[in-house]
Amino acid sequence: MPEPVPLPREPLILPAQVGRDRFLIGLLFARSISGTEAGPTQLAIGELCSGSAAKGGSNGAPSTLQVSTMAGRLAVSRWRAAPSAAGRGPLLSCRRWSGAKADTVYDVVVSGGGLVGAAMACALGYDIHFHDKKILLLEAGPKKVWEKLPETYSNRVSSISPGSATLLSSFGAWDHICNMRYRAFRRMQVWDACSEALIMFDKDNLDDMGYIVENDVIMCALTKQLEAVSDRVTVLYRSKAVSYTWPYPFTMADSSPWVHITLGDGSTLQTKLLIGADGHNSGVRQAAGIKNVSWNYDQSAVVATLHLSEATENNVAWQRFLPSGPIALLPLSDTLSSLVWSTSHEHAAELVGMDEEKFVDTINSAFWSDANHTDFIDSASSVLQSVVGFLRPTKVSARQLPPSVARVDARSRVLFPLGLGHAAEYVRPRLALIGDAAHRVHPLAGQGVNMGFGDVSSLVHHLSAAAFNGKDLGSMSHLTGYETDRQRHNTALLAATDLLKRFYSTSAAPLVLLRTWGLQATNAVSPLKEQIMAFASK
Amino acid sequence: MWGGRKLSSSGNRFLGVLRSRCWGTQAEGARLTSSAENQVSWTPQTKPRVFSEYRIMWFKSYRMTFACLNRMKIYRYPWRRLYSTSQTTVDNSEIKTFLALAHRWWDEQGVYAPLHSMNDLRVPFIRDNLLKTVAHHQPGKPLSGMKILDVGCGGGLLSEPLGRLGASVIGIDPVDENIKIAQHHKSFDPVLDKRIEYRACSLEEMVEETAETCDAVVASEVVEHVIDLETFLQCCCQVLKPGGSLFITTINKTQLSYALGIVFSEQIAGIVPKGTHTWEKFVSPEKLESILESNGLSVQTVAGMLYNPLSGYWHWSENTSLNYAAHAVKSTGQEHPVPAEFVFKGETEELRDKDSTNPGLQEELKK
Repeated sequence: MPEPVPLPREPLILPAQVGRDRFLIGLLFARSISGTEAGPTQLAIGELCSGSAAKGGSNGAPSTLQVSTMAGRLAVSRWRAAPSAAGRGPLLSCRRWSGAKADTVYDVVVSGGGLVGAAMACALGYDIHFHDKKILLLEAGPKKVWEKLPETYSNRVSSISPGSATLLSSFGAWDHICNMRYRAFRRMQVWDACSEALIMFDKDNLDDMGYIVENDVIMCALTKQLEAVSDRVTVLYRSKAVSYTWPYPFTMADSSPWVHITLGDGSTLQTKLLIGADGHNSGVRQAAGIKNVSWNYDQSAVVATLHLSEATENNVAWQRFLPSGPIALLPLSDTLSSLVWSTSHEHAAELVGMDEEKFVDTINSAFWSDANHTDFIDSASSVLQSVVGFLRPTKVSARQLPPSVARVDARSRVLFPLGLGHAAEYVRPRLALIGDAAHRVHPLAGQGVNMGFGDVSSLVHHLSAAAFNGKDLGSMSHLTGYETDRQRHNTALLAATDLLKRFYSTSAAPLVLLRTWGLQATNAVSPLKEQIMAFASK
Repeated sequence: MWGGRKLSSSGNRFLGVLRSRCWGTQAEGARLTSSAENQVSWTPQTKPRVFSEYRIMWFKSYRMTFACLNRMKIYRYPWRRLYSTSQTTVDNSEIKTFLALAHRWWDEQGVYAPLHSMNDLRVPFIRDNLLKTVAHHQPGKPLSGMKILDVGCGGGLLSEPLGRLGASVIGIDPVDENIKIAQHHKSFDPVLDKRIEYRACSLEEMVEETAETCDAVVASEVVEHVIDLETFLQCCCQVLKPGGSLFITTINKTQLSYALGIVFSEQIAGIVPKGTHTWEKFVSPEKLESILESNGLSVQTVAGMLYNPLSGYWHWSENTSLNYAAHAVKSTGQEHPVPAEFVFKGETEELRDKDSTNPGLQEELKK
């Protein structure tokens, strides 16, 4: 394997150059595990992490306080570090290309044809300033064609926010989804298992808060739209990129300035911009040597399609925080709902294995049972409730119960592990990461794919402006604009989701009291709820 | 949150230079000797703090160089001076400065970073003003069908974006090395390879073959480097089609441009390589306008540009005392002023309508 060649760097002058919001990411998540080369500063942090992990935390991740002290040390060490150690890390496993230029030069190659990658290719294909550009989408799997919509609902569904729906309608995919099937929900009730506290989100003007759509339906709509614009966007199915070669910082004698991609069948292509949309184990991110801060949660999610006991209006999304993890019921139709239950690995395996009746009973009791309530918490929460009632007598938020479940679709019970991940950099020269390749989040807030679609709309906006200015698409000037935009939004959301997950994982009385009061107070303050909804629906 | 501000590479260099000046002259000495190749009789040991002495010395040395070279030129090619009717506008001393930095053109974080980021201003300026002259344009290739001449294209920094927008660009530059670099850079992109053509020549040599063929001429950061501004602008005008546009970006000749453009940018902060600019050659917008008007070009826009060395970005501004951009249009040769023109057109249309109904009357009119 050739020696990794570190790129020449500008010497570090101020901490502002350490990396904009990357600095903040270092502050929040100062631990990097995934097997990339650790510099001297990271090794020290790594030791601290493993030391703290040995002491506490059942899921192996350091507590927030430890994280921030470590981050403080990381910041200080970076400040004093030699200039060569700062800045973007060396590109690992990179090979320099200085060969022939006989291949097609694409303007943009999107690696990974999942929901976010296909949406990216579609959005670029329909963008007015990309009319004479060549775009390629690489998908490792086969093309999924449906003659007609299958009767049974798929068990993998996503909650699409209004912002994502706007993106999908901007290139006509939302019309296909409307013609197939989707479910709009108007209210969301989130409540605690250990107390009476609840928070109810709804929009005053009875707009849709979000849409529950099966992932297969979204994929089908995107595929149809890609076919319609096939003169600009080429899609290669069953092709996986095997290796990437990165260009030198600026053109030196006879070295091609483009990114070279070698596919599994041996063919090569060149591109001015490579967009990595290949999921949380991104090959593009690893090939570029971008550090990824990640840890696995000690939880797996169980998904299933459930039949309700009786047909209801079913336009409410339900989520209850049990001590083992949140359980959510998302409406699919008048009689069907989708289950997402994040719980410990053992319990998840048990749930998938148990027989149907027992499974249904477990779900119903998880939503309805008050076994985790304690008198102390109940009295404390009723005190706050009366205070709130006194201050705002018109507000009534009685706890409602979700519809009961009658049976579960056979073979629809699946489990998958959960974790958190965040790439330290979203962009490099001629490279951008979007979707799960850049960030991976717990499904408790239903934000994973919405963050990915947000990345798509931000990147398309920047690339479109760059194309209209005749700029080189791989130039860092607009790519860093995208990175700054999205890192701000995504870091906040990731931190909030992680915090919520940890906060709700205990049944220790003081924390339960805090979160009960917190939830009740937030429920009472409508402007705050509106802010939360606005942030989550971008 | 840092407010999304990053310290650009030029900001880094600027702070680095400040640091080195405060803390030691070692680095300073090294930098000076490297640029000494461009300057004649430059002593590396001069303390930068003594500005007035520094300035006088630099001016003297520069004037000597200039005078020497001029004399040398006359003695070397007397027959050319006798028989050629057009003077060259190329300044050989300027050529030397650019030759030394030719290989750095395409380093977006290098010495030419301010020029790269100026594209964010000048490309939309050119594109939008050219789009005003067409009724509709192709999406994706807004400038397709336009012929643009980029005078003093350097490494092709401005030619390439214009080529990407669909125009056919001819880029010319007197420095061979620059043209070589530009050719090499565009050769990797098959689309640009076809749309852009580079030639190592001066504008005067182009005038005969390209008279009245270009939709636009772009002379960005060039007029402050030519010897004879009047001839240069005359040639630009000759190359343009009637109704064609001339785009110029340059630096104003004011006290502020001396202080910020020469002393600060070149000597203190190192934003611009030393010796790039001479204050005497800066052109004020008034002077530029008068020369353009006298050549039959009417100035449509003059807009100021400001560079922020910390962020590395340019901004449009009301103030033209530093950098500015100008857009002029070559007159189409009609005698009547515009309002009367419209009235006249209306009348001729009316007449034509009448004519179509009465062919006899038309024949009478023709007589």
